[in-house]
Amino acid sequence: MRAYIPGYDLRVPAKLTEALGLLSGEPGMWMPFAGGTDLMVLLEAGKLSHKRFLSLRKVADFRGIEVTADAVLLGAMTTYTEIQQHPLLRMEFPLLCAAARETGSIATQNRGTLGGNIMNASPAADSPPALLVYDADIEIISSRDVRWQPYHEFHTGYKEMRIAPDELLRAIRLPRRTEVWKQHYRKVGTRKAQAISKVCFAGAAQMEAGTIRDVRIALGSIAPVVLRALKTENMLRGAKPTPRIVTEAKETLAREISPVDDIRSTARYRLRVAQNLLEEFLSQLGR
Amino acid sequence: MARLLDVLREQLQLTGTKEGCGEGECGACAVLWNGTLVNSCLIPAAEADGADIRTIEGIASGAQLHAVQEAFLECGGAQCGICTPGMVLATVALMERHPHPGDAEIRAGLAGNLCRCTGYQKIFAAVLRACESAGSNSPEKR
Repeated sequence: MRAYIPGYDLRVPAKLTEALGLLSGEPGMWMPFAGGTDLMVLLEAGKLSHKRFLSLRKVADFRGIEVTADAVLLGAMTTYTEIQQHPLLRMEFPLLCAAARETGSIATQNRGTLGGNIMNASPAADSPPALLVYDADIEIISSRDVRWQPYHEFHTGYKEMRIAPDELLRAIRLPRRTEVWKQHYRKVGTRKAQAISKVCFAGAAQMEAGTIRDVRIALGSIAPVVLRALKTENMLRGAKPTPRIVTEAKETLAREISPVDDIRSTARYRLRVAQNLLEEFLSQLGR
Repeated sequence: MARLLDVLREQLQLTGTKEGCGEGECGACAVLWNGTLVNSCLIPAAEADGADIRTIEGIASGAQLHAVQEAFLECGGAQCGICTPGMVLATVALMERHPHPGDAEIRAGLAGNLCRCTGYQKIFAAVLRACESAGSNSPEKR
């Protein structure tokens, strides 16, 4: 059933100080509103329990993509379309561009934001696996503090995050270290497009004379949070991606992750697909 | 927190913008926001302050239909018509980005617009026709 619209409040401040002031003045009362592509769905369904929203659309501090010698800094309100169109991101961060391209339709990509994807904290979100592989850091701000933290420490459980009620995610920083790494992204859903992931895979490997010198693998939609397959990575470091190693890696992955049954898929299907995606990634490394 | 869709339809009586799913899946409520395609069911009207919103009513020039509208008519790219305003706007936005789109670009460009009548082939034909007749050379934009 539709929500009772007059029961909701939305503020659209133009200044960062105003936004942070609202949050610190009444902690927990104001929920940040980014692209709205998730929250507005809940509103229409009458399932939006929060009543007061803080739109970050007009605050310039959350916008823009800044490139430095050793990193790229994306404002939290950077849209999926902006990600896909950025020449340097396309060249050096293809996993993130692929995630942006496969999230929703063009209308959603024009509106949905990277920061919103992180803060909505869906384990089936498509950009977090890419962010984990790229070792992203995130900047959290409030009227009392500015802090950076590794993204991989941010999600602590299903929809649980290391952020206080008066804090906002301002930016995402990607270190520029992976350009020459071999990278592979694949999302598997019910359909080829416009579907929510059953399994989402992002991997990158640094190769040296046919040997995996370093590797990072992240999976979405297989646990309460998007996660790195650290044990599988450790097993692969220093190995050559031979058929025997690929089999061993798939077995390691099976011991490392425990996918769940839910409305979108079964644990058994998810595990099999995750293993197949790992094999697909590893089989490309030898080329 | 009224939706832009409701303000367009109910306050401004611009009923060319349709409501299908109401959750951003079907594209029937698509409008152009500063020239980019968005779903008006997912936008609080308050955020539209200062934005240039173009609905299906603003696509024709008076009695002169837009090339995309002409093409949809010629190719039979509409049946019940609920998806058509969104399809036309998605096509206008697609042609801004890709004046000569290939099959894959057309499918990707219209992937967020669902039609339960036509089976899409006539819509894709209409998009191709529109691109031919427009001979569009507008700048790449999304």
